[in-house]
Amino acid sequence: MIYREAGDFSSTYVEDSQTFPIKFDRYRYYLVLAVAFLVVPFVINDYWANAILLPFLIYAIAAIGLNILTGYCGQVSLGTGGFMAVGAYACYKLMTAFPDVNIFFHVILSGLITAGVGVLFGLPSLRIKGFYLAVATLAAQFFLVWLFNRVPWFYNYSASGQISAPERTLFGIEVTGPNTEAWATYLFCLVFLTGSAIIARNLTRGTLGRTWMAIRDMDIAAEIIGVNPLRAKLTAFAISSFFVGISGALFFAVYLGAVEVGEAFGIQKSFLVLFMVIIGGLGSIFGSFAGAAFLVLLPVVLKVVGADMLGWPTDIVAHLQLLIVGGLIITFLILEPHGLAQLWRVAKEKLRLWPFPH
Amino acid sequence: MPDQLLFAMEVTLNGLMAGVLYALVALGFVLIFKASGIFNYAQGVMALFAAATLVGIMDGQVPFSHLINATLGTDLHHFGWHVPALLAILVTVVVMIVLAWLVQRLVMRHLVNQEPIILFMATIGLAYFLEGLSDLMWGSEIKTLDVGLPQGINETIDQITYDMFGYGFFIDNLDIVATVIAGILVIALMAFNQYTREGRALRAVADDHQAALSVGISLNFVWVLVWSLAGFVALVAGVMWGAKSGVQFSLSLIALKALPVLMLGGFTSIPGAIVGGLIIGVGEKLFEFLLGPALGGATENWFAYVLALVFLVFRPQGLFGEKIIERV
Repeated sequence: MIYREAGDFSSTYVEDSQTFPIKFDRYRYYLVLAVAFLVVPFVINDYWANAILLPFLIYAIAAIGLNILTGYCGQVSLGTGGFMAVGAYACYKLMTAFPDVNIFFHVILSGLITAGVGVLFGLPSLRIKGFYLAVATLAAQFFLVWLFNRVPWFYNYSASGQISAPERTLFGIEVTGPNTEAWATYLFCLVFLTGSAIIARNLTRGTLGRTWMAIRDMDIAAEIIGVNPLRAKLTAFAISSFFVGISGALFFAVYLGAVEVGEAFGIQKSFLVLFMVIIGGLGSIFGSFAGAAFLVLLPVVLKVVGADMLGWPTDIVAHLQLLIVGGLIITFLILEPHGLAQLWRVAKEKLRLWPFPH
Repeated sequence: MPDQLLFAMEVTLNGLMAGVLYALVALGFVLIFKASGIFNYAQGVMALFAAATLVGIMDGQVPFSHLINATLGTDLHHFGWHVPALLAILVTVVVMIVLAWLVQRLVMRHLVNQEPIILFMATIGLAYFLEGLSDLMWGSEIKTLDVGLPQGINETIDQITYDMFGYGFFIDNLDIVATVIAGILVIALMAFNQYTREGRALRAVADDHQAALSVGISLNFVWVLVWSLAGFVALVAGVMWGAKSGVQFSLSLIALKALPVLMLGGFTSIPGAIVGGLIIGVGEKLFEFLLGPALGGATENWFAYVLALVFLVFRPQGLFGEKIIERV
C-alpha cells in the first residue's frame, strides 16, 4: 500500500531514468541522507564514531569497490587489503610531499594512483579467470604489503617503519591527526561514501555496468556479442581499485592515524571485505552497505554481549566471533546466495503487495 | 668448490625439503578438487585443526574447557592422562572422518551444482569456522607437538658432505622424515586411486558426475571419502609442520602457499602437486638466497605467488593440468 509504483507518473525522460524511480524509495533515500548529514553529526560522540560509524563508512566504500569487481564484473579479488595499502601509502606520501594541497584532493589522488596499480594487477585477468585469478590477486596482496614494509622510501625512512598521518585541515577544521573532532571525521568520510555510492550506482546502471555484467555472466558469449573484454575487465579493475584506494586512504589518514602495513592491510582485510560483499549481496550497492554494517556491528555486539554482559574473557569472544562469521557465511551461501540485499528485495516485494497478497 | 656454490646447493636441498611439505598440503587440495570440483580453501585450517586435536588428545585436554569454565565457573583443564602418540593419531583420524561427514552433510550437500566460486567462498567460511572451533576446543596458544619424530641436524649428511666438500650441509632430520612420509603417502594415494574399487569410483566421479551416478556410484559416499582422505592428508601435513614450527595459527597460512603450488602443477594432477611444490620450495629459497639481500629480504612472502602469476599468463592450465576447453 505504501510502497508501490501505481500513480507515480513520469512526464520527462529525466524523471523516468532517475536513480530511484519509485516515490517511496526516493523519499527514503532523502530521509537517510538528511539523517546522516543533519542529525548524526550533532549526536555523535567519540565511541560511536571510532567503534562503529567510521569503520562502517570506510568499509562500505571498500565493499562498493570490491562489489564492482566481484559482484558486477565477476572477477574475484583477494587483493583488497593490498590495494587499500596502496591508497594509504599514496595518501601518506602525498600528504607529506605536498603539505599545502587540500587533504580532499590527496584522497582523490590516492584513489587514482590505486586505480593505476589495480589495472596493472588486473592485466592477468585477460588470460586467467576464476580462482586462478583469485590466486593471482593474492600475488598483489603479498607483494604490495612486502613492498611497503621493505622499501623505506614509502614510509619516509621513519625508524619504526610505521606511517602516521600529519595534521591536516579542511575549511579550517582538523580532519586528520590526533586532535580531530568526531563529527568532522564522520562528515569527511560520509561525503566520500555518498559520492562513491552515487557514482557506483550510476555506473552500474549504464553502458559500462552492463558490459561488466555481460562479462560476469558469460565472458565468451559477451565477447561474441561485441563486448570488449579488455576494456570491460580493466575498467572494472580501475574503478574498483579507485574506491578501494580511497577507503584505504581514509582508513589510514582519518580512522587509524598511524598504520603498520602488515597489521592493518594484511590478507585478513581482503577476506573481511570479501565477506562483506558476500553477506551483503554480490552485485548490489545496497548490499555493500548492508554487509559492511553487518560485519562492523557483529564484533561490537558480540563484545557487548559476551564480554560485558556475560563476563567471558575476550579471547573466547574473539574465537566465537570467528566461529560465527564462518558459520554465517556458509549459512548465507546455502540459504540466500544473494545476501542481505535479496532479503531487502523480498521485503520490498511483500510491502508492495501488502495488504492484499494475491 | 667456491663457498657460494656450496651454500646454493645447501639452500636448494633445503628448498626441496620445504617443497615436499608444500606438496603435501597441495595434495589434499587436488584430491578434493578432482572428485568434486571444490577448491577447498580450508585445507590449511584442517591441518591446523588436526594437529591441535592430536596435541589435545595426547595431553588429555578437556575440549571447550575455556568456554565451559567461563559459563559454568568450573575449573577444568586436563583429564589427567596421556595418550600414546599412535593411539592419539588413530583417534584424530576418526575425528577427521567425522568432520568430513559433517562437512558433506551440512554444507556441501546443499551447495551441489552451485558455481565453483560460491563453493570456494563456502570453504573460506568453513576455514573461519574451523579456526574458531579449533581455538575454542583446544585454546589458541602455541602448542608443541611431539609424536617422536627425529629432529635436529642429520649428522651423517653433515659428515659425508664435510668429507666431500669441506663444508657440512645442515639438513634437518625432520625434513628427511617428512620427505619419506610424503613420498609413501603419494605412492599410496596413487595406488589407491588406480587399483582399488573406491579409487575407481573416485576417478569416475571426477570424470563425470552424472555418468558416475547412472552406473550406481554413490556420490555422497565418494564425497565423504575424499573429504576424509583430505582430512587424513591434512593430519599428516599438520603433524609435519606442527613438529617443525609448533601448532599455531600460521600453520593455516601454508594453505595459501599451496595455492601457487597448485597453479604451477595444475589443479587436477597429483604428480603436478609434487613437482609444483618442489619448484616453489627450491625457487623461493634460491631467490631469497640470491636476490633477497639486494631486495630487502623476506621475499618468500610473495615469490611463490608472483612466480605462479607470471607462469599462468603463459600457460593457464599449469604444468600438468588438463587443457581448458571452453564452450559457449
